[in-house]
Amino acid sequence: MELLSYLLQQLINGLQLGAVYALIALGYTMVYGVLRLINFAHGDIFMFGAFTAYYLISKWDVPIYLVFPITMAVTGLLGFLIEKIAYRPLRSAPRISLLITAVGVSLFLEYFLSLNSLFTPNYIGFPRPFEVTGYDLSLFTLTNVQLIIFAVTLFSLALLYLLIYKTKYGRAMRALSHDQEVASLMGIHVDGIISFTFVVGAALAGLGGILYAFAYPQINVFMGIMPGIKSFIAAVLGGIGIIHGAVLGGIIIGVSEVFVSAFLSSTLRDGVIFFILFLVLLLKPSGIFGKRIDKV
Amino acid sequence: MKALDVLGLKKSFGGVTAVEDLTFSVEEFETVGIIGPNGAGKTTLFNLITGLYRPDSGKVLFFGQNLHGVPSFRLAHLGISRTFQNLRLFNSLTVLQNITAPMLGMHGYGIAPAIFRTHRYRATERAADKKGRMLLDFFSLSGKEEQLASSLPYGDQRRLELARALSIEPRLLLIDEPGAGMNPREIQDLLRTLRQVKEHFRLTIVVIEHQMGLIMNLSDRVMAMDFGEKIAEGTPSDVKKDRKVIEAYLGEELVC
Amino acid sequence: MNFFGSARRFLISSAIAYVILKALFLSGFLTGYVQQIILSSFIVILTSLGLNVIYGYTGQFSLGHAGFYGIGAYAAAFLGVHFKIDSVIAFIPVLFAGGAAAALIGFIVGVPILRLRDDFLAIATLGFGILVRVLLDNSDKFIEVLGGSRGFIGIPKLVNIDLVIGTTVFLLLITRNLIFSRYGLFWQCIKDDELASMVFGINSARMKLMAFTYGCFLAGIGGALYAYLYSFLHPSNFDFLKSIDFLIIVIVGGMGSITGTICVGFLWMAIIEGLRIALPPQVLELRWVLIPLMLIAVMMWKPYGFFARRESRLLGLGKES
Repeated sequence: MELLSYLLQQLINGLQLGAVYALIALGYTMVYGVLRLINFAHGDIFMFGAFTAYYLISKWDVPIYLVFPITMAVTGLLGFLIEKIAYRPLRSAPRISLLITAVGVSLFLEYFLSLNSLFTPNYIGFPRPFEVTGYDLSLFTLTNVQLIIFAVTLFSLALLYLLIYKTKYGRAMRALSHDQEVASLMGIHVDGIISFTFVVGAALAGLGGILYAFAYPQINVFMGIMPGIKSFIAAVLGGIGIIHGAVLGGIIIGVSEVFVSAFLSSTLRDGVIFFILFLVLLLKPSGIFGKRIDKV
Repeated sequence: MKALDVLGLKKSFGGVTAVEDLTFSVEEFETVGIIGPNGAGKTTLFNLITGLYRPDSGKVLFFGQNLHGVPSFRLAHLGISRTFQNLRLFNSLTVLQNITAPMLGMHGYGIAPAIFRTHRYRATERAADKKGRMLLDFFSLSGKEEQLASSLPYGDQRRLELARALSIEPRLLLIDEPGAGMNPREIQDLLRTLRQVKEHFRLTIVVIEHQMGLIMNLSDRVMAMDFGEKIAEGTPSDVKKDRKVIEAYLGEELVC
Repeated sequence: MNFFGSARRFLISSAIAYVILKALFLSGFLTGYVQQIILSSFIVILTSLGLNVIYGYTGQFSLGHAGFYGIGAYAAAFLGVHFKIDSVIAFIPVLFAGGAAAALIGFIVGVPILRLRDDFLAIATLGFGILVRVLLDNSDKFIEVLGGSRGFIGIPKLVNIDLVIGTTVFLLLITRNLIFSRYGLFWQCIKDDELASMVFGINSARMKLMAFTYGCFLAGIGGALYAYLYSFLHPSNFDFLKSIDFLIIVIVGGMGSITGTICVGFLWMAIIEGLRIALPPQVLELRWVLIPLMLIAVMMWKPYGFFARRESRLLGLGKES
């Protein structure tokens, strides 16, 4: 019984982390789907979300129900600006130059926010606007933070699915990810949809930032690097470019990370993530939901 | 022994059958033309022979040797070469390098000679250079050796593609739609070039071509395909008159 | 054997550079700090050259180059400390061992992952690089002296200007000879069109592996030199950001250009260190805000790099006639 309880507890903890990774992974996968670009700055948008929320709560006392939409709008705008200013001019350049630019954007965001006139390169305590309470469910404990994360993530996923599968914007995004040339011939405004994709992905990453800060209330300008890489691996695991792949991948990575930490050792934690990555790449690079590529 | 034996070759992609139970053979030093409307499976056939696709069933024999499981790069060493319909030149290399690279792949030198610039290195490079220039001259590309392949006009690029295929001194040459997109005068030039190739190089040739006129004037024998199957085989004049062939081309442009 | 004869011009320009630098070093005109920066530049150039072979010529996108740099550094450092070497002569085999260790790991890793398409290869090498970093951080759990996240101390300072320039020039020459031989030709064919390369007889899998292994060898040599220049190793010097450093030098210098790697290598070090000196202390933290901005600007201006596919005849780096 003890073991079951412990297992379930770790599972809940893993799902909490996995939910955040899923939100970040969605942004990676959507952008890759339409642009074939690995947006290295995405993890920093996640960080930016956490910092925006921090700023709103600590400096302006914004009530929690407004922090979410405002932060998501801000990070969405950031995503839009990054695409417009840094990526769009290089649309016809070799992919590698785009990648280097993405790295440049990432570094810029990190070091710009680390300036002492803005924030600080050190860790900042994130002020949760509520008390953490736990609900004892005999087998395990569920905290209100976890409830919030699960509820908000599920709600956002539902909205996202509606958007992608029930609206014309979503249809356009899907068309674009199949074949950009044909999509534009069909009258789809390519640039607009690409911007839209970035905005949605960035908003989700920003949301992930807030939820992550609720769960682990120490923020830092470099906090986006590892979650960014792990979420990216999650997107690859599920099948890069595939929406439900990002969600499943995020959950798998989150749960694996917590389980390895709990049952093996926390130092091996990151190593296992990469072990999973190598397995995927060697066995089925297109990911869990990906199509088999019949290569000779 | 026949140069090429294709036996019961079959390939499907998803639910679509690209090549269906295809059997034909080519004698050494013959020129065989393969005609058929778009989507008949001609290029798929080439890709199957050159190992780019794996057949679902059937086999390909090259001078009696089964090509099953032979890695792509080894085919060149066996003596099989091809051109690509859409041109796959080495764009960042010069015209001459497009020719010498395959040559040096066939007869080269090791790493140590490369690093220490031994006599063997210099002799091999010089030989490849000389042979390459001669080959380019044959294809009227002299004077353009140092230009980047990507900077050539389209017609020159087509000739370079052909020259490159011959640089590895193949026994079997597969030419994929050499006349695609050409106007009648260019086709005449092409025909002349291909005739010169036939005369000058002792090899077996299989040509895929959409355009009747080119095939008829070049081939010793012709095979017609439609929907992945062989629908006719014989001398050019026989096949041209074959009812099934005419039907297949109805609705397609008949260029004579 | 025409090894030196074919490289007359290059050796002459290298000799001139060596004489000038040696004189500057001996004159005491340069502080120890600046001397270390200059030697460090050579090391960075050598390592970046390895990445240029892998990516610039052969088109294999590797984001984990710093991992091999680190393997070379730690392997060489461990061997030297373990065998208590104390002279430059004893260092030479250790140097080579560092390169060999990195090459061996590169070979082993390369066999499976070089089959992957470019995006996935990028991810795989990225993962490998981070894995190396994690292993280095935990290295003291396997071998005490490696130091883990505390760092590896006590490496003898055996690297001087003669060794650095000598090694760099020698390996640069070998690399240049390889690139202008049929192997370099094959590498470029593979980068342009791997399928067509195979059709025309190039064993692309073997050639990619060769480029990758050799590139990792150069990284390992660079790492070993680094270890014995700074006498101290810390895992944070071998992380993803370091891989990006090398990649930036290769890309901005121009893929497939040795000259570009050399020039931008020096330029990059000069900018990073130069800004450290030039900026007043209050705005020092602006350094890493300005550098990425400059990087973005350069990518927009010259997406193919400064020396795309061109080599300097003056320095004798081009193909000899």
